Amino acid sequence: MQWKTADYAGWGRALRAHGRIARPERVSALTEALAEGGPAIGNCRSYGDSPLNDGGAAIRMTRMDRLLAFDPETGVIEVEAGASIGALLKLLAPRGWMPAVMPGTGLATVGGCIANDVHGKNHHGAGSFGQHVLAVTLMTAAGPREVSPASDPDLFRATMGGLGQTGAILSARLQLRTIPGQRMKVLETAMPDFDSFIAALDASKAEFAVGWIDATAKRKRLGRGILEEATLVEGTRPGPERKRKPVPFDAPNALLSRPVVKIFNRWYGSGVPDGGRKRTRALDDFFFPLDALSDWNRLYGKRGFHQFQCVLPADRAAALKEILSTIARGGIASPLAVLKRMGPGRAGHLSFPMEGYTLAVDMPARARVPTLYARLEDQVLAAGGRIYLAKDALARPESMAAMYPELEAWRAEAAKADPEARLATDLVRRLHLRSL
Amino acid sequence: MAETWIILGASSSMARALVRRLAARGDGVILAGRELADLERDAADARVRGAAVAETIRFDARDPACLAPILARAEACEGTVSAAVFVGSMPPQAEIDADPGLIGGVVTDSFTGPARVLQGLAPIIEARGAGTVIGVGSVAGDRGRIGNYVYGAAKAAFATYLSGLRNRLGRAGGHVLTVKPGFTDTAMTWGIEGMFLVASPDKVADDILSALEKQRNVIYTPVFWMGIMGIIRLIPERVFKKLSV
Ligand SMILES: Cc1cc2nc3c(=O)[nH]c(=O)nc-3n(C[C@H](O)[C@H](O)[C@H](O)COP(=O)(O)OP(=O)(O)OC[C@H]3O[C@@H](n4cnc5c(N)ncnc54)[C@H](O)[C@@H]3O)c2cc1C
Repeated sequence: MQWKTADYAGWGRALRAHGRIARPERVSALTEALAEGGPAIGNCRSYGDSPLNDGGAAIRMTRMDRLLAFDPETGVIEVEAGASIGALLKLLAPRGWMPAVMPGTGLATVGGCIANDVHGKNHHGAGSFGQHVLAVTLMTAAGPREVSPASDPDLFRATMGGLGQTGAILSARLQLRTIPGQRMKVLETAMPDFDSFIAALDASKAEFAVGWIDATAKRKRLGRGILEEATLVEGTRPGPERKRKPVPFDAPNALLSRPVVKIFNRWYGSGVPDGGRKRTRALDDFFFPLDALSDWNRLYGKRGFHQFQCVLPADRAAALKEILSTIARGGIASPLAVLKRMGPGRAGHLSFPMEGYTLAVDMPARARVPTLYARLEDQVLAAGGRIYLAKDALARPESMAAMYPELEAWRAEAAKADPEARLATDLVRRLHLRSL
Repeated sequence: MAETWIILGASSSMARALVRRLAARGDGVILAGRELADLERDAADARVRGAAVAETIRFDARDPACLAPILARAEACEGTVSAAVFVGSMPPQAEIDADPGLIGGVVTDSFTGPARVLQGLAPIIEARGAGTVIGVGSVAGDRGRIGNYVYGAAKAAFATYLSGLRNRLGRAGGHVLTVKPGFTDTAMTWGIEGMFLVASPDKVADDILSALEKQRNVIYTPVFWMGIMGIIRLIPERVFKKLSV
C-alpha cells in the first residue's frame, strides 16, 4: 500500500493536519492500509477537524466508489462508501430515483454522510441520512462485516453519526426514493425579518425548504432573507451540465467573500417581488448551489474560516433570534447564512438533528472568533440546543454531554468496536468524545 | 451491433473510469486482472451502470497460461471484440539499478505480456472485420530519462508494437488507438513527489472516448503533453544527457 505524507485540512482550512494518507482503490489495499491504523475519511467536506488525524495515518476512501447492486424495482442500492452523493444523484435521477437525503454539497461521500448522519433540505419530512441506511458493511480485521438495525442495533446506532469511530465503512445499502423527473419547481419569497421567517417556515407545506439569511442585517431587519420552497416535478431534461468555476488562488483578504455576497445577491438583490417568484431549476442546482464554484473555500484566504451551526428546540425560536443578533453584532460573519426547520428524525447517538430550527453561519478565522463562538456556544447550551460536529472547530469538551445526552451509550459502543482508539480523530481528541 | 471489450489491467483507476463510460453506453466488458474477488466489484459497478455483459477473467501478464482462456472467451463473444490495455509496472529506477533482475518483470508487464494477448486477438478482429485496440503507453516512452528509463523503454516498445498492429488491423477494418497519458492521479503515482499538471483518470477516459469517436491513431492526454513532449524530443542528446528532467 502506498502512503503519502501530506498536509491536509477540513473544508474551513483553519484547522490543519500533517500525516500519512493512503488512498486505496481495492479491498485488499484498504485492508492493508487499515492494518496501520487511522480513521477512514471521505472528501474532507467537514469544516473542522473531524476528518483530520494530525501526526497519524488516515485512509481516504474516495477511490472506493463502486456501485455493487441496484434494484430498479425497490430502489435499494448498495454502494461503496467513497462514492459521492452528487455522482449517485447524477446516475440515478435519469432512472427515476435519488438518495432520500442529501447535504448541501454533492461532494460529500456516502461514508461521510453516514458518519455525520447528515440532513438535507427535506429533514422536516424525510429525517436524516442514516434513517435511510438499511445496512452498512464495516471492515474488521476478520474481513467485512454487515451491520443492520436488526442484526446489531446498538452498533448500527453508534455508526450512524458515529464519526467513523466504530470502524471504516466499506459499503452501505441505501433505500432511495422515487422522483417524477429531473426538475425542481422553486418558489422564492422575500422575508422581511426573523419572526416572519420563522412563521413562514412553520407554515410551509413544501417538501424541500431552506432559508437564506442576510446575517449582517441588524435590529428591525434582523433575519431578513429569502425562503426557498421546492417540489420535485416532471421533466426529463436535467438542464445544461454545470461548468464548475474554479477559484484559482487564495483570495487576498480584501476580496474576502465578495463572490459569496454575489451569490447572495443573486437571490436577494435580484428583487424577489412580494408575491414571490417561481423558477424551474435543475436538481443539482437546487440541492448543491455552492458546488457551482469549486474550491470556494479559498475565497476566505489562507487563514481559512469556521462555520457555526446549531440547532435549537422548536419552542426556543426566541433564543435563536438572540443568537442571530449576537452574530450580527459580532460583525464578522459572512453575509450569507442558512436557516432551516428540522423535524425530529435522527439515526444515531451523536446525530445532530432535533425538532426545531437550525442556523449555519460562516466566519473568517480571525482572532475575535473564538470569543464570539464561546458566547454563541453558551447561548446554545442555555437554550437546550446543540452544535453540529461536522462543522465544528472551536467548541469545548465540557459542552458535549449536555448537547449530546446519548454520549455515554455511544462511547461504550465505540470502545467495544475500537478498544485502542486507533480510529480517533483530532475532533474526537479535542472534544474528549472517546474518554472523559 | 454489440461490442464487447476485453480490459487488461481492469482494476487500474484509468481502466475503471473508461469501463464506466463503456458501460453507460451499453457495451459489454470482460474485466481481466489478478485480483478476481475485487474485480467482481468492478463488474458489479459496470452492470449497475448499464453494461450489457460484465464478467471477470484472470490475467497476469507474467503468466502465459492466462492467454488461452482469454482468447477462448473472446472467440465466444458475439459481435465486435475490442480490447483495452492498461497494464504496466513501474518500480523505482533505483530499485532496478540495484537489481537488474527486475527488468524482465517490467518489460513483461508493460509490453510482452499484453502484446501476447493482442497478438492472439488480432486474428479475431481481422476475421470479424471490426474491433478496436486501445493501448495505454506513456509519455515516458517518448524519451529515456534518468528517473525511469526501463519503464520508458518498455512503454516505447509497446508503442512501436501498437503502430505495427495498427498497420496490420487497419487493412482488415480494425483500429488501434495509442494513448500517451502524462502524469495521472492513480494508485501508481500516489505519493510520488514532484508531479505537476496531474490529470484525473476521468479526464483521461473522456479523452480516450472522444479519440475513439474521431478514430484517432495516437493521442496525448491531456493534450498539452503533446507540446511538452515535442519540446523534450527536440532537445539535442548532448544537452539532454546532462538534464535531470
Ligand atoms: C458546501 C457544504 C454544504 C454542506 N451542507 C450540509 C447540509 O446541508 N447538511 C449536512 O448535514 N451537512 C452539510 N455539510 C457537511 C457535510 O455533509 C459533512 O461534513 C459530510 O460528512 C462530509 O462528507 P465527507 O465525505 O467529505 O466526509 P469527511 O469530512 O472527509 O469525514 C467526515 C467524517 O466521516 C468519517 N468518515 C468518512 N468516510 C468514512 C468511512 N468510509 N467509514 C467511516 N468513517 C468515515 C470521517 O472519519 C469523519 O469523521 C456541508 C458541507 C459543505 C462543504
